[in-house]
Amino acid sequence: MSSPSATPTKGKRTRGSNPPTPTQSEPVVFMKLMVVINGEICCSLPAPLNEIDMSSPLTYGTPSSRVEGTPRSGLRGTPVRQRPDLGSVRKARQVDLHSDHANGPEAPASEHSVGQKLVIWGTDVNVGTCKEKFQINVVGDPVLNVNCEHLQSFDADLYRQLIAYPQEVIPTFDMAVNELFFERFPDSVIEHQIQVRPYNALKTRNMRNLNPEDIDQLITISGMVIRTSQLIPEMQEAFFRCQVCAFSTRVEVDRGRIAEPAVCRNCNTTHSMALIHNRSIFSDKQMIKLQESPEDMPAGQTPHTTVVYAHNDLVDKVQPGDRVNITGIYRAVPIRLNPRQSNVKSVYKTHIDAIHFRKTHEKRLHGLDEEAEEKLFTEERVRTLRELAAKPDVYERLSSALAPSIYEHEDIKKGILLQLFGGTRKDFSQTGRGGFRAEINILLCGDPGTSKSQLLQYVYNLVPRGQYTSGKGSSAVGLTAYVMKDPETRQLVLQTGALVLSDNGICCIDEFDKMSDSTRSVLHEVMEQQTLSIAKAGIICQLNARTSVLAAANPVESQWNPKKTTIENIQLPHTLLSRFDLIFLMLDPQDEAYDRRLAHHLVSLYYQSEEQLEEEFLDMAMLKDYVAYARSYIEPRLSEEASQALIKAYVDMRKIGSGRGMVSAYPRQLESLIRLAEAHAKVRFSDKVETIDVEEAKRLHREALKQSATDPRTGFVDISILTTGMSATARKRKEELAQALKRLIQSKGKVPTMKYQQLFDDLRAQSDVAITKDMFEEALQALTDEDYLTVTGKTVRLL
Amino acid sequence: STQFYKWLNHLMSLHVQTKPSNCSPDWETKVLEYFKEKLKDNEAASWVPSLNDVPVHYLKANSLVKFRCFIQDMFDPEFYMGVYETVDPSSKSKVLRSGKYKDVAECGHQVDLNTKNAVTLERQTFYCVPIPGESPWVKEISFSYSCSNPARVVPSTSYAPCRHKRSYEEDEDMETQPHKQKEQLGTTDIHGSGDPKRLETEAPSSLSNAASGCSSPLDLNFPLPGEKGPACLVKVYEEWELFKVNDILEVYGILSVDPVLSVISEDKDSSLVDPMDCTESVEEQRVHCPPASLVPRLHMLYAHRLQHNNPLLPPAASEGQSSSGFLNDVVSVRGELLGYLTHVLLGDALAAEYLILHLISTVYARRDVLPLGKFTLNLSGCPHNSTYTEQLYRVIQQLIPSSFRLGMSLHNMNNLRLVPRKDYTANRLLSGVLQLAPNTSLFLDETQLEQGQLDSTGVRNITALGNLISWQKVDYDFNYHQMEFPCNINVLIASEGKSLLPCDCHVRLQPQLAPPNLEQYISTIQVSLSPSLLNKFRIYLSLLRTLDYSISEEVTKAVEDDFVEMRKDDPQSISAEDLHRLLVVARLLSLSVGHTTLSRDRWMRAKHLETLRTNRTEQQKCVNGNEP
Repeated sequence: MSSPSATPTKGKRTRGSNPPTPTQSEPVVFMKLMVVINGEICCSLPAPLNEIDMSSPLTYGTPSSRVEGTPRSGLRGTPVRQRPDLGSVRKARQVDLHSDHANGPEAPASEHSVGQKLVIWGTDVNVGTCKEKFQINVVGDPVLNVNCEHLQSFDADLYRQLIAYPQEVIPTFDMAVNELFFERFPDSVIEHQIQVRPYNALKTRNMRNLNPEDIDQLITISGMVIRTSQLIPEMQEAFFRCQVCAFSTRVEVDRGRIAEPAVCRNCNTTHSMALIHNRSIFSDKQMIKLQESPEDMPAGQTPHTTVVYAHNDLVDKVQPGDRVNITGIYRAVPIRLNPRQSNVKSVYKTHIDAIHFRKTHEKRLHGLDEEAEEKLFTEERVRTLRELAAKPDVYERLSSALAPSIYEHEDIKKGILLQLFGGTRKDFSQTGRGGFRAEINILLCGDPGTSKSQLLQYVYNLVPRGQYTSGKGSSAVGLTAYVMKDPETRQLVLQTGALVLSDNGICCIDEFDKMSDSTRSVLHEVMEQQTLSIAKAGIICQLNARTSVLAAANPVESQWNPKKTTIENIQLPHTLLSRFDLIFLMLDPQDEAYDRRLAHHLVSLYYQSEEQLEEEFLDMAMLKDYVAYARSYIEPRLSEEASQALIKAYVDMRKIGSGRGMVSAYPRQLESLIRLAEAHAKVRFSDKVETIDVEEAKRLHREALKQSATDPRTGFVDISILTTGMSATARKRKEELAQALKRLIQSKGKVPTMKYQQLFDDLRAQSDVAITKDMFEEALQALTDEDYLTVTGKTVRLL
Repeated sequence: STQFYKWLNHLMSLHVQTKPSNCSPDWETKVLEYFKEKLKDNEAASWVPSLNDVPVHYLKANSLVKFRCFIQDMFDPEFYMGVYETVDPSSKSKVLRSGKYKDVAECGHQVDLNTKNAVTLERQTFYCVPIPGESPWVKEISFSYSCSNPARVVPSTSYAPCRHKRSYEEDEDMETQPHKQKEQLGTTDIHGSGDPKRLETEAPSSLSNAASGCSSPLDLNFPLPGEKGPACLVKVYEEWELFKVNDILEVYGILSVDPVLSVISEDKDSSLVDPMDCTESVEEQRVHCPPASLVPRLHMLYAHRLQHNNPLLPPAASEGQSSSGFLNDVVSVRGELLGYLTHVLLGDALAAEYLILHLISTVYARRDVLPLGKFTLNLSGCPHNSTYTEQLYRVIQQLIPSSFRLGMSLHNMNNLRLVPRKDYTANRLLSGVLQLAPNTSLFLDETQLEQGQLDSTGVRNITALGNLISWQKVDYDFNYHQMEFPCNINVLIASEGKSLLPCDCHVRLQPQLAPPNLEQYISTIQVSLSPSLLNKFRIYLSLLRTLDYSISEEVTKAVEDDFVEMRKDDPQSISAEDLHRLLVVARLLSLSVGHTTLSRDRWMRAKHLETLRTNRTEQQKCVNGNEP
């Protein structure tokens, strides 16, 4: 701990030592060395130990002991909180720039109540002028978060200095802010002096780009917390007492080391000073391991990790698993092989002293943090995207870029494309309806081997927060969430499943039909309310699951039976089916021209070189960016014409069926139409939903219906197949049969009981259509419901 | 060339020790260029001792060595003192030194950390292990290849036992020693791992060991159970972005086994003096700073990525001068191989044909998510409760450079870690069986599977195998998320009935003969095979994977017509999926005779093969009604 021979503990940039070595690239003129404490200027003193001892109990007066009256008293009375995140702060050097007016006309130094034109590299005063930009809210936390982006647009030079010399510049920010604050609110009582926490340093990098040049600079990196340590008490100031004369002294920790006084200053005894632990000052510290976020990673490499130290109130701000943006100072410290040797391992240990945390993904439990969601696009990229959007055939282009290896199925691809974009999120919670689903759900059904899984895999790979599960392998808890006991801490932990994990993404569920009923029932809530309620092991909560569901189902009889309805083919409850906006059939068309094109497509797939294909289609990265951009920036609203068109479309849909006494559209279909139209407007990067969007939505919706809701018996499109699980004609026929049976029974006169088989045979003999046993039973059931008869075993009894 | 190596070593140590302060900045690059140039020469490269077969303690510290390895994990980049200044305590003279290619700064001098001349540089660390599943014959040939050099023939009797290794290390005249020892050790090594039976029996115990956390002194994190060989921390100084996890490399670098490196890890527990030290847990320390005697450090000078690890072929496939000559007798080799495999497969020529196609298949491209060229084969009808699958694997292992047999017993499925998992306490990627180098063959033995309960690990493992087969990717488990690693693994499933895993092609084995003693039968076939022919087979299988392939316009048209025609007769007879398979079969069939374009004949032949195969499955369905 105290090896004086081994004092050098710093990186290549030396800073803060006496005398200062001008290693900075900055041509700084050191006119006078000043020490600033508590905003007051004292004359410079050579040795750091001679500073005014501001951590003595005197300075830590309780608020009541403050001297009221003067505007500065608030500042003086409020305790200073040390900033271990910045290293040794109090030795900030000041430069009097009388001779060097570097900051020129921009420095209204008079604003400073301190009479002298004192600035630290021309920074302090600028902060003073910054004040309008930042509102100091007395909300409890005496912390001022400063967005560096704003700072940069205000003064690029100041920003540059902040980035390059955070350890010096941030304390001056603190000073300026505190002066300003107590000038305005002289009587306010806060826990400690305000600390400035810059964030969003534009130099935001991913961890991979950190390099030796960033050492000691202010950086912002994003990543995922993978581990946090216990709280570590770190000594800030050591208290020593002479064992001979009881003289006491305090020594400040300098970069992790304490210079133990060898001689007592009072009695001159050597090595008599002993460390008194409980009078030393400690601060909280926590080690956090941060791992690169998976999105930033190049393929085929493993993620990097960095050590972050959080200090004071930043301790325990983040939990393992959180995605965070961390702003802090990057440090490198050499590793000593052996404390007794002067040998040094030629490697540095690096870490980041955190100044500011910002969680990027906490909206899963709270509101949607749009800002955090924004992906950063370069201007150039935005221009390319806009250019692409301006093309008249952008819709076709994008849909053909989707899974190019899968042949044709244009409409399905278009549907999935619209699903990727999603509708506009609306909030009706004030009128009591709550959120309005913006996500589009799609179900693909069809013969096995029609590349449904491949399509799902593609989508899963395309979207940033996609999840892929198979109905066969997933249970209800796997989809929702489950409570687990952490083996180490014995703590209950809520583990989220696929649906929650794909919040704001797409959940791809393969083999939807193989899913157990209990699992499927979970989906009801998710697919309409977009939430997930959990009541397990004492944890009751509602998680957001704003997921689009893309599901694939195989027909029950392994081959699609064209003589049956969709419901009959896939045997899924209609309550679930009606929650899908689009249901597509992927069938083998069995037509020669199609076969030829398919063959050509496949053969070329197998011998065309990579480059050739790339020219033909937009690449996946472009598509990804396009979708991400549209999702975060485009929020189309319905135009007047569009709403008229939608109304008309809906009325038309209702009309189609009314002629035959069927309902062919429900409000759910209208909602689907709106969502589809909005998504289509998003594809065009348009802020307004126009008629063409409605047209396309209508067309796609109709196409999907034509495939999935056509009644095989009549050839008409019948929406009730999907909404009630039975076509209107089928229902009608069922009723007719029940009536016929009733008439038959009535014709038999007053017989209280009948033989079941006898009745069945009679009915069959009477009817001109073939009647199956199932149909007969259905008819009996219908009559039972009417309280006309009861069935007990093999006898039918009239009531 | 002994002199060359000696000189090289000398130069290296020169370079390592000091960088003259007055030298020009490009001095270093020039030296590196020179090295690379020299090492391109196969002859020179073979003089460099290899970590693969010479134990670390026989190698001189700070000497040039090579290592054929597999990148298992990548650690965090580290900053090191690129240039630093030392002060001589007596004379106070300052010297600038280079920190490149070493772990510890110069001893005996004060290091001045505050000089403005100091430069901090960055380097990357890879955790490398020998290529997983490398067949014994590959090791054997690599070894005998370098041994064939007359300069090195030293009678092995003159070899001094290990006890004397110290004296060798101090011996200035080092150059012949490594090879002598290598020879000796190489032989024992081959016997050690050359016995696949032992390897198998070892597998479960060592694996469960690894699964229960590192109960062994140090888990070297090999992907496959029962592996041996040195693990190595390779320090990369430039262009580390070019390397990926699971790449196989030949690294030339400077060996660093400074005992000081090991001291840290032992000292750690006792003295937690520096608050900075608590950044790493004990587990992390163990993994990231293992004792240098166990895991030496290798400072990379130069490395090239290997396309394959077949020692019979030139390292880079593009330099195919020798291969063009070989292509002439491809057909005859193919005939021989077909005959050989037919015997092995108990006289089933069709299965042998498909086995050849499978063995030369490789993922040559990906279209979005779809890997092209994979050809997973399911060989059903393998006799249950016999050693036949094991025998079959041994035959395959003899033919291809790297492979692994995974017995899919319930116990294995429920207990093995197939998918690599990130261990956050130790901050490393715990390897799993599916972390394999490209073009490794995975032999799944489903005959070992019995009825019983799969637990959640088992289900995950089966899913992982299914994903591997269908998409040629493995989703590594990073606890909070998964990360997809594309792979290129040839999967061969031997099963009794049709496998429960998906596969591209299912062939029902129809044995024509039933030898009373299978084991003896197979070993007779193996013995009767001449070594030169065996080598030809090996070259054949590795070489054909690297060939390019195309389909002409004309044939494309014919294929299309054919497809339409077939569909017209009976739409059920051929689906898009069947066409996919047919195209792969046609491709492999053409390549197997050395043709790089598809001809009509080959197309017809592919169709014929497929018909034979499907007929056989149909037949089986009739015989055994409950088989799907």
